[in-house]
Amino acid sequence: MDTSVTAPRAKIAEHAYRIRRNALRMGEVQGQGYIAQALDIADVLATAYFHAMRYRPEDPAWEERDRFLLSNGHYAIALYAALIEAGIVPEEELETYGSDDSRLPMSGMASYTPGMEMSGGSLGQGLTIAVGRGLGLKRKGSKSFVYTLFSDGELDEGAVWEGLMSAAHHKLDNLIAIVDVNNQQADGPSSQVMAFEPLTEKMRAFGWFTQRIDGNDLDAVIAAFDAARNHPGPEPRMIIADTLMGCGVPFLEAREKNHFIRVEPNEWQLALEALDAGRKA
Amino acid sequence: MSTVTAQKPKLKTSAMIASIAGEGQRTQAAPFGHALVKLAAERPEIVGMTADLAKYTDLHIFAQAYPERFYQMGMAEQLLMGAAAGFAHEGAMPFVTTYAVFATRRAYDFMHQTIAEDDLNVKIACALPGLTTGYGPSHQAAEDLALMRAMPGMTVIDPCDALDIEQMVPAVAEHKGPVYMRLLRGQVPLVLDEYDYKFELGKAKLVRDGRDVLVISSGIMTMRALEVAKALAADRVDVGVLHVPTIKPLDTSTILREAGRSGRLVVVAENHTTIGGLGEAIGTTLLRAGVTPQFRQIALPDAFLDAGALPTLHDRYGISTEAMSTTIKGWLS
Repeated sequence: MDTSVTAPRAKIAEHAYRIRRNALRMGEVQGQGYIAQALDIADVLATAYFHAMRYRPEDPAWEERDRFLLSNGHYAIALYAALIEAGIVPEEELETYGSDDSRLPMSGMASYTPGMEMSGGSLGQGLTIAVGRGLGLKRKGSKSFVYTLFSDGELDEGAVWEGLMSAAHHKLDNLIAIVDVNNQQADGPSSQVMAFEPLTEKMRAFGWFTQRIDGNDLDAVIAAFDAARNHPGPEPRMIIADTLMGCGVPFLEAREKNHFIRVEPNEWQLALEALDAGRKA
Repeated sequence: MSTVTAQKPKLKTSAMIASIAGEGQRTQAAPFGHALVKLAAERPEIVGMTADLAKYTDLHIFAQAYPERFYQMGMAEQLLMGAAAGFAHEGAMPFVTTYAVFATRRAYDFMHQTIAEDDLNVKIACALPGLTTGYGPSHQAAEDLALMRAMPGMTVIDPCDALDIEQMVPAVAEHKGPVYMRLLRGQVPLVLDEYDYKFELGKAKLVRDGRDVLVISSGIMTMRALEVAKALAADRVDVGVLHVPTIKPLDTSTILREAGRSGRLVVVAENHTTIGGLGEAIGTTLLRAGVTPQFRQIALPDAFLDAGALPTLHDRYGISTEAMSTTIKGWLS
């Protein structure tokens, strides 16, 4: 397909479900991982890959594609789940996640995985690369968008704010950034590790067209992506997505300190069943 | 207070000087900026990016010639490197400039992860390498080569003079992949045009032959070594100079050939700390090959260096022409 089809809402919801399911199956391979983040960001990724972005699954380097830069490399499990769902990575590779010689390493690497546009992991770098991509695309006269996803924890990094200032300065209206506010980072709740609110006001003060939404309300996510793409102004676009760690699997939603969760072997099947139950509801 | 000051002798200034050229030395203005402007005419993929130091890295000349291809990233070196990586992903060849300290110490992880890891075509040109500023310790990049040598996939260059820089610019553009190049800015000494010399990426060049001593050097220390050779000729000491502008990858075959010629004292001279630069690179090369001449190192000490005027500090740390001459004569006696 030449571009991703703008699927009806029910189809996007189905993709979000399958992204969550792919992520849980990858988590089971390792027995642990950044599962809770994958579940919280699935609705955003489903909207990006099945509503907003242009790409060709068979040609991940297609020049006219929209770029998606995953800054928080540990969310790779979520992006792999989306790339598999989008047909860019074959589903059978799911079983190799995080294993030696796999194309799907624990933290996202551009040179390892088709469709992975940057090597993340050293947090706070994605937005700076996105700024350069945005400048480069403008210089080429390209109409492509640069999407970049980063986490609320990354707001601690000074380079993020360098990127925020420069994107507005250079009027990068082709740049759409998504901050996943799940209020969880390595040492605890993000707001306690380093307070970042009021975030909407900060982003607006930095010159960004800013929307704040419930990142697990699919209609709100779809509307926010549409508004970000269609905003007529010269500003870069920011979507602040408040999300729920573990979203879709109630017993994982309830688990505390879930930045890097361990799931007992018998719980994976329970998690898939819980996900299925929620889907039917 | 003012009367006390008035009675004091006039102090030697540590004022910033824009050039490392000695008094009366032949110079050429802004060789990097002019070479880049010339090359950009043939290579539309070249863009210039800086972190608030265009005027101080001679990139302003490019900015004037190609304002639409010049990108000001503000005083933000991490952004500079990340954005250069993004630009290179989109097919451009960014030449990015800042000072050596800010690139190598402040933005190291960004060069490592966003540029080198993805083998991107970013050319990083850094002024004030080693000890080439009178501004003070915050701007002395005594360990830049050690840091950049350690980075996989990075080509590292330490040019001697205006001619080296002029010829280096098209050569690094021809090379595919990331490059770190030390930069001399402003009125840059012109030395190598007196010799049968041409810059070639990855090649060491014997600029002058000599029977008694072989100085292996890079950057401004080659200029100093050639002055030392002239000075010691009066004492009938015959000094050869092997210029090694490419620190990585190192031209080990030329170095082994020249260092292996018997009977010469081998001195590695570098504008860099003794740790991790050209001296240690060559020492390791010789040991691995079983080539064991008498081996000495002239380099900056492993220490936080003093504030002060450049001539004062170069004397103090043994990298001025006079200090080098004295040291080498001492080793020979």
